[in-house]
Amino acid sequence: MKKLSFSSVMLWFGLLFLYAPMLILVIYSFNESKLVTVWGGFSPKWYGELFKDQQILDAVWTSLRIAFYSSTMAVIIGTMAAFVMTRFKRSWAKLTLSNMITAPLVMPEVITGLSLLLLFVHMADLLGWPKERGMVTVWIAHSTFCAAYVAVVVSSRLRELDRSIEEAAMDLGATPLKTFFLITVPMISPALVAGWLLSFSLSLDDLVISSFASGPGATTLPMVVFSSVRLGVSPKINALATLIILCVSLIAFLSWYMARRAEKRERMPLN
Amino acid sequence: MKIKSKLKWLKGRFWTISFPYAWLLLFFALPFAIVFKISLSTAAIAIPPYEATFQYADDVLNIFLHLGNYLMLLDDPLYYTAYLSSLKMALVSTIGCLIIGYPMAYAIARAPARWQTVLLLLVMLPSWTSFLIRVYAWMGILSNTGIINNSLMWLGIISEPLQILNTNIAVYIGIIYAYLPFMILPLYATLVKLDMSLIEAASDLGSSRINTFWKITFPLSKSGVIAGSMLVFIPAVGEFVIPELLGGPDSLMIGKVLWQEFFNNRDWPVASSLAIVMLVLLIIPITLFHRYQARSLEKDL
Repeated sequence: MKKLSFSSVMLWFGLLFLYAPMLILVIYSFNESKLVTVWGGFSPKWYGELFKDQQILDAVWTSLRIAFYSSTMAVIIGTMAAFVMTRFKRSWAKLTLSNMITAPLVMPEVITGLSLLLLFVHMADLLGWPKERGMVTVWIAHSTFCAAYVAVVVSSRLRELDRSIEEAAMDLGATPLKTFFLITVPMISPALVAGWLLSFSLSLDDLVISSFASGPGATTLPMVVFSSVRLGVSPKINALATLIILCVSLIAFLSWYMARRAEKRERMPLN
Repeated sequence: MKIKSKLKWLKGRFWTISFPYAWLLLFFALPFAIVFKISLSTAAIAIPPYEATFQYADDVLNIFLHLGNYLMLLDDPLYYTAYLSSLKMALVSTIGCLIIGYPMAYAIARAPARWQTVLLLLVMLPSWTSFLIRVYAWMGILSNTGIINNSLMWLGIISEPLQILNTNIAVYIGIIYAYLPFMILPLYATLVKLDMSLIEAASDLGSSRINTFWKITFPLSKSGVIAGSMLVFIPAVGEFVIPELLGGPDSLMIGKVLWQEFFNNRDWPVASSLAIVMLVLLIIPITLFHRYQARSLEKDL
């Protein structure tokens, strides 16, 4: 029997550190007591309260719609950018594009949010559009930063792809566009789905950029949560948080699974 | 025919590059130029709340560049202490993540291959679930009546609840907790590629384990250490949610100050110049990140 090494002990402590807070939150969401930290017995009543809160339900619907549109747009932009990054010859345009697309990955969110808001204000000034910030401006903002993640996921997939099939299709007379949609897209589809799902959960979760880019018409769920959380911990929010953790981790797990499956399928013929 | 298809190919190529390019130029690059422009104007009670930079009247183009905002950042101790404390908080949290994350990444990289993906997923999953909710979870744990204070009092270690929430300690815990997965990922990617025969050779030649670690393992994982540290450090400098929810009135961070200048004081020019200075401070870490950004990141995300 191997002795437990320092690093594996740290691994288990680290995982405990990562999961314990969420676990505690989930347990306390079933707390009967109104006081969040005093256990008053098991009860799902806060979930009932939650579903009566019209403001929260509206925000959920807004968030879901924005996430759907943003992740779709992000996949389109991100895939095109990934294609340029992996398939085009080294050029000035390619270099600046790949720098621009990956920049939002590290940029502090307050800067991205502030700069987008100022852009929208200027556009409204000069072009008369957007008159009011709302779903469309949040959609633009989310599409832009989610595209970065899609580009990363898809480009790693494109890089590993066996190009001989595409070349064969082109040799047989398929146009590049046809080749892309009939050959490349099916081959990278798990990465596209993974990127879409990742964008969906990122968009659902974003608070800072949404706060800057949205107007009175579009309050997303994180914005509602944030404003009530600022006042302190409440049992209703515990219930909501539990549901959010459940949904988002499900989406995240699915996107991870899609990406892994793609990799496995790619490796199979080699064995 | 050949020329026609070549032309079509070039056209397709043009559109593939120009659509994302135009999008990013418009929604990513241009906004920064605007932030820079507004950082050079003065605040005004108007909509939008700043003076115009360009004025064109009687065939004369007037350009007003106002450096007052930047001078004020130097003048008012609020701002530079906020920058300094942000940098300090981000640095300490980065070191914390490194200390916890390195052994974790090492253990994952040494685990049996079929366990590696599962462990990696376990590490990554929390970072994909809601950031806001995970920070919120700590509010309940760290509060005066929270689980930490309750159990410490129950054990009789303390008689009075410790004030943890609304202090800088809580902010450190929050940042380390939230960004730990981003440290582990690039570290794992470099550690898993490490050639074990080098370590075996070192121990065959009589090197102690600690010596081997510092002379071989750590230097070889340098790119992972840098990429991971930058992935934690850069967003931590601009962090807003964590100091707002877990920190107290004295945990000053520049992201929080920027938010307040913008939303509460409605001083857009000052908020813009705060953002510009933050970007300037982050240029070195960002270029470092780009240089060492292991392809690895792409593989596991």
